[in-house]
Amino acid sequence: MMVFLETPLDEKTVRSLKVGDVVYINGPVMTGRDEVHIRALKNIDEGKENPECLRNAVLYHCGPIISGTEGSYEVVAAGPTTSARMNSLESRMIEEFGIRAIIGKGGMSKDVGETMKRCGCVYLAATGGAAVTLAEGLARIEGVEWLDLGMPEAIWKFRTSRLGPLIVAMDCNGNSLYEQVKENLKR
Amino acid sequence: MIVLPETVDEVVVKLLRLANTRLSHDIGWALEAAAGWETNDIAYSQLGSIMDNVKKAEFLGRPMCQDTGIPVFYVSGSFDSSISEKITEGVRRATKEIPLRPNAVDPITRENSGDNLGEGMPIIHYRPTDDEFIEITVLPKGAGSENMTKLAMLNPSEGIEGVKRFVIDSVLDAGGRPCPPTIVGVGIGGLSDTCVEMAKEALTVPLDVRNPDPVLDKLEEELFIALNSSGLGPMGLGGSSTVLGVRIKKAFCHTASLPVAVNIGCWATRRATARIMPNGTVEYIQGGE
Ligand code: SF4
Repeated sequence: MMVFLETPLDEKTVRSLKVGDVVYINGPVMTGRDEVHIRALKNIDEGKENPECLRNAVLYHCGPIISGTEGSYEVVAAGPTTSARMNSLESRMIEEFGIRAIIGKGGMSKDVGETMKRCGCVYLAATGGAAVTLAEGLARIEGVEWLDLGMPEAIWKFRTSRLGPLIVAMDCNGNSLYEQVKENLKR
Repeated sequence: MIVLPETVDEVVVKLLRLANTRLSHDIGWALEAAAGWETNDIAYSQLGSIMDNVKKAEFLGRPMCQDTGIPVFYVSGSFDSSISEKITEGVRRATKEIPLRPNAVDPITRENSGDNLGEGMPIIHYRPTDDEFIEITVLPKGAGSENMTKLAMLNPSEGIEGVKRFVIDSVLDAGGRPCPPTIVGVGIGGLSDTCVEMAKEALTVPLDVRNPDPVLDKLEEELFIALNSSGLGPMGLGGSSTVLGVRIKKAFCHTASLPVAVNIGCWATRRATARIMPNGTVEYIQGGE
């Protein structure tokens, strides 16, 4: 089924998505990869503030190429990065920030899948490497946080327009397309 | 494409631009062939976005993937030691001008140099020959596929079956992480280091050129069929296009060893070659002609 979603997402919408659905997104999406996960959780541990944009966010595992300077940033290429690197940190991110959807490639661990089921979050697979097509959907940059982490690791705040196609690869019922494929692999 | 005299650093900038913005013809054809036989809807949609992306990247002159990788250079022909400095300068310029994503960091502090350079960078393999020209090939290697690299020091008794098993397991265990459909580079023999080097260099061999060694040619075909029958599919989401090709290189090894290495190239295996003639003219090549 093809679905058009407006972000921020509410729990009910997220829970209605099923593995195999094809999704396009309109609205705010935040990038965050290794360093964002590490810093955000460390800030919580130390009682420090985190950027408000992470709350109930759609989190995109992506380290984009951006051109221009403040006020004139433009996205050049922005495909997904390998989500499995964030496996050990993602459950806490979902719990602490109420992340509703994660966009990435390659899928995440069963543990993260369990947290998604419990908290109401889905995993959306973006086509790895389709960085120019996806950059088109990311449309506009509304700001950036933590640029000191470097261009790929900062939080880029995108206003998306028909970002996709994204495939619901892990849903809130504990289904994972990756697991299904893995179980049926012919070696 | 033949271009008039240019300095080596200009050639390197152009090579990196070419490799990053235009997919080699042989890989483009392999993608189209894969789309032709794919029957899984999701897989088909993934191949569709990839091909759409390749067209847009070339048209807009943008890198086809945001992970523009760590460039690996292969230099052959007649050159002197100044070439390393020129390639370094080319990488610095290309990072700014194209732009490429600054990927090189200190492994301990994780500090990013900002220009894709640093200790041990760029990576250059030198092969002096008696040819009059200089040939430079670049292979920008993204982390998604590079992180899936595997080396096994098999027992010689495991033989060719052991080699096949190891290659198939390495590709299937990597799942969707290296952005399938991939190109599988395999090294067989040598010592541990040369084995991995061969697996990587195998990725520079175009898909439309047959392996001159009939035994390896047959092995490439067997692995290609086995991997595409596995069901892993594009991005690990299922389907019958898991690999675009398998390329194998071999070397003699110790009688008590059987090293095998797998170095995966994602669908965006970016490569380009420049041949600089003694009169300074340059020919750019992508894929087998
Ligand atoms: S594996 Fe290749 S296509 Fe995928 S994100 Fe990395 S560089 Fe890009």
